[in-house]
Amino acid sequence: MSEYEPSPGDSPYMNPYLAGVGLGLVLLAAFVLMGRGLGASGAFSSTVAWLMSVFAPAHAQASEYYQGYLSDGTHPLKAWLVFEVLGVMAGALFSGLLAGRVRLSVEKGPRVSNGPRLAAAFTGGMLMAIGAHLARGCTSGQALSGGALLNAGSWAFMLMVFVGGYATAYFMRWQWR
Amino acid sequence: MNAPLYKYGMFGDEMSLLIAFVIGIGFGFFLERAGFGSARKLVSQFYLDDMAVFKVMFSAIVTAMLGVTYLGWMGVLDVDLVYLVPTYLGPQILGGLLLGVGFVVGGYCPGTSVAALSTGRVDGMAYALGIFAGTIVYGESYTAIKDFVNAGARGALTLPEAFNLPWGVVVFAVVLVAVGGFYGATLIERRVGGAK
Repeated sequence: MSEYEPSPGDSPYMNPYLAGVGLGLVLLAAFVLMGRGLGASGAFSSTVAWLMSVFAPAHAQASEYYQGYLSDGTHPLKAWLVFEVLGVMAGALFSGLLAGRVRLSVEKGPRVSNGPRLAAAFTGGMLMAIGAHLARGCTSGQALSGGALLNAGSWAFMLMVFVGGYATAYFMRWQWR
Repeated sequence: MNAPLYKYGMFGDEMSLLIAFVIGIGFGFFLERAGFGSARKLVSQFYLDDMAVFKVMFSAIVTAMLGVTYLGWMGVLDVDLVYLVPTYLGPQILGGLLLGVGFVVGGYCPGTSVAALSTGRVDGMAYALGIFAGTIVYGESYTAIKDFVNAGARGALTLPEAFNLPWGVVVFAVVLVAVGGFYGATLIERRVGGAK
């Protein structure tokens, strides 16, 4: 398992404005068809609630948090965001294959080895999950979807994501630069 | 046409899950196209030498916002039926901060980590495992923090409502911020990137 290095055969990334317009049209389609935006973190929550109901049913039964995902009678994995995230996996894989970018590899800067990088990735995922629950959405559900709907809480959230990122960047240089 | 189609009963729940999958494909496709399956590309936003995160995000927001606005004015889309996540200012400010920190520590956000792991990035997989762990931590501490999580509920609240401005004025302001931001971001990229 090695660091990801672009090879000469890889296609360059899409122009950011074009990719953004494409993403915006997908988001608009979700508004028009479904009356809701995109998301990601919610699919993880449904999956965790389902795992809890399988492996620790009594605990899941007693928890107000898990019941939020389990109590409506339908299977917790039969959720809109779960299917949407499965689509994200397929769509990203398709795009990656087209561009020759699918490779078992680690994304990191030149000064860090795989172990610390993976530990940091895990830690970042944990922080993000807690933050997304507090905020009631992540970059997809809040910043992108709520941003386009001029949702007040989403804009406050988005501003704080940038603040948090820039405040942390200096202390994470070892990982990226 | 009456949109949102699902809310007007044009199709049922089974169909909505198929639509979810197809919309997800589009979402994942453009994320990966933009380079957002790469943590290094994503965090470059915070080291100022590649601001694609801002450019993609704000192009997407402006596109969807103008679409919603025009379809609403044309009477095609009933904007009031599009779900707005309720505003809880305190938890959303703290949550946003945590997400920003987690973004630079982990290299991804939840959606982009899915694009990363499906294109073979092992750090994307570690990040996704971290999301599972963090979700359990949150779920187990929910009773203790419930009061904070639900503090300051403002309901569904838009910027035009919060600042008592016409919808079109806020839309125009967002377009101006985006275009100005694109210009500024490119200047910064050149300066910081050129200094390397």
